[in-house]
Amino acid sequence: MKKDLISITDYSKEEYLRIMELAADFEQNPNQKLLEGKVVASLFFEPSTRTRLSFETAINRLGGRIIGFSDSNSSSVTKGETLHDTIRMVSNYADLIVMRHPLEGSARYASEVSSVPIINAGDGANQHPTQTLLDMYSIMKTQGRLDNINIFMVGDLKYGRTVHSLLMALSQFENPIFNFIAPDELQMPEEYKIYLREKGIRFFEHREFTDIISEADIVYMTRVQKERFSDPIEYEQVKNVYILRNSMLANTKPNMRILHPLPRVNEIHTDVDKNEKAYYFDQALNGVFAREAIIAHTLSLK
Amino acid sequence: MSDKIKKKLKLKVSAISEGTVIDHIPSENLFKVISILELDKTTNMITFGANLDSEQQGSKAIIKVSNQFFANDDINRIALIAPNAKLNIIRDYEVVEKKVVEVPDQVIGIVKCFNPKCITNNEDVLTSFKVTSKSPLALKCKYCEKITHQHQMVIK
Repeated sequence: MKKDLISITDYSKEEYLRIMELAADFEQNPNQKLLEGKVVASLFFEPSTRTRLSFETAINRLGGRIIGFSDSNSSSVTKGETLHDTIRMVSNYADLIVMRHPLEGSARYASEVSSVPIINAGDGANQHPTQTLLDMYSIMKTQGRLDNINIFMVGDLKYGRTVHSLLMALSQFENPIFNFIAPDELQMPEEYKIYLREKGIRFFEHREFTDIISEADIVYMTRVQKERFSDPIEYEQVKNVYILRNSMLANTKPNMRILHPLPRVNEIHTDVDKNEKAYYFDQALNGVFAREAIIAHTLSLK
Repeated sequence: MSDKIKKKLKLKVSAISEGTVIDHIPSENLFKVISILELDKTTNMITFGANLDSEQQGSKAIIKVSNQFFANDDINRIALIAPNAKLNIIRDYEVVEKKVVEVPDQVIGIVKCFNPKCITNNEDVLTSFKVTSKSPLALKCKYCEKITHQHQMVIK
């Protein structure tokens, strides 16, 4: 049976750990010609420069060849071709499909249509599992473990798919503690809190972003997006409350690291960039190793 | 309405010797029930009535199909639009068994996903949901993973 990666919950805990192990191996030795003679389709129905370049770098380092497009304007979608037909056609050409699509559920549907494995590189606001795996790899690398992690998630916790997926994934490990810091309008949805309560996992909700982060192992920042607010005045009120500044890091633990899926706007002040606890740029590099690992696992190359 | 007229009305939907009577269907969903159970394709004798008086629900519809019996899985597919439907299994003019419908664990087709950005609302994809709560109803889309709640439910 083909192994797709559509949703972060498609993987078991053992598979998360396997990806961590493989990513560490690719970090030691990024150029391994495991994809020699293979063709990978990179189908980006909407542009996403960071994700696409990270995937294509991973494919190149594995020695594979790439076909595809970087936005739907340069594909037959403009002629009205359905996703179904595009995937049917491409799955005849390629050994693996990496796809990004603006519609939610498009990746799951593609996996049903395709004869080759699909890796979801983002389907609208739904899932972006490779981001979560690179976040986990970043946590593993900086903390040496995925158990007993005290994580503060800050910003847009309502619509942010990265925080939802990371919450689901870390919940598979021992004793996580979640701290949510968000304005009223952007609170963590009830369904995730119900999930944590059912699993007996501790979580705390905060309105203010102050020195409460002194207990954190990880501070996971997200962007508060203006378009999420119905009232522009409310946006103006909260946008400057959730800014991480270097002065706030004085009492944090030495092992603490700051993650951000990027791009950032103003939620992390540039004075943080020089602090050794700022990890977001290294996190982006980890994306290449994590994606090499996911591809190798998906095609059972290692 | 007098008992006499009621009786007459009842007789219009005539008794059957062998088959299934599906009673207490909301009148407005009669044709959807017919379509879901594919009774529009049957060659068996079928009679139905709509807008009949019902003590329980004000107005109801009833379907009588001769020589046809339904598996529970099939009949449960109408649970979303006819939750109070009752089935009488008829053998030789006698009711030999009564059944009620039950919301299934999985709903395929029938309901639209409420999420306008879901692939099922943008391309010709059969919807598929996992039932996460039966009362009130909550359906989790297999594709976009969003939950459609009872008040958002639209029948295809």
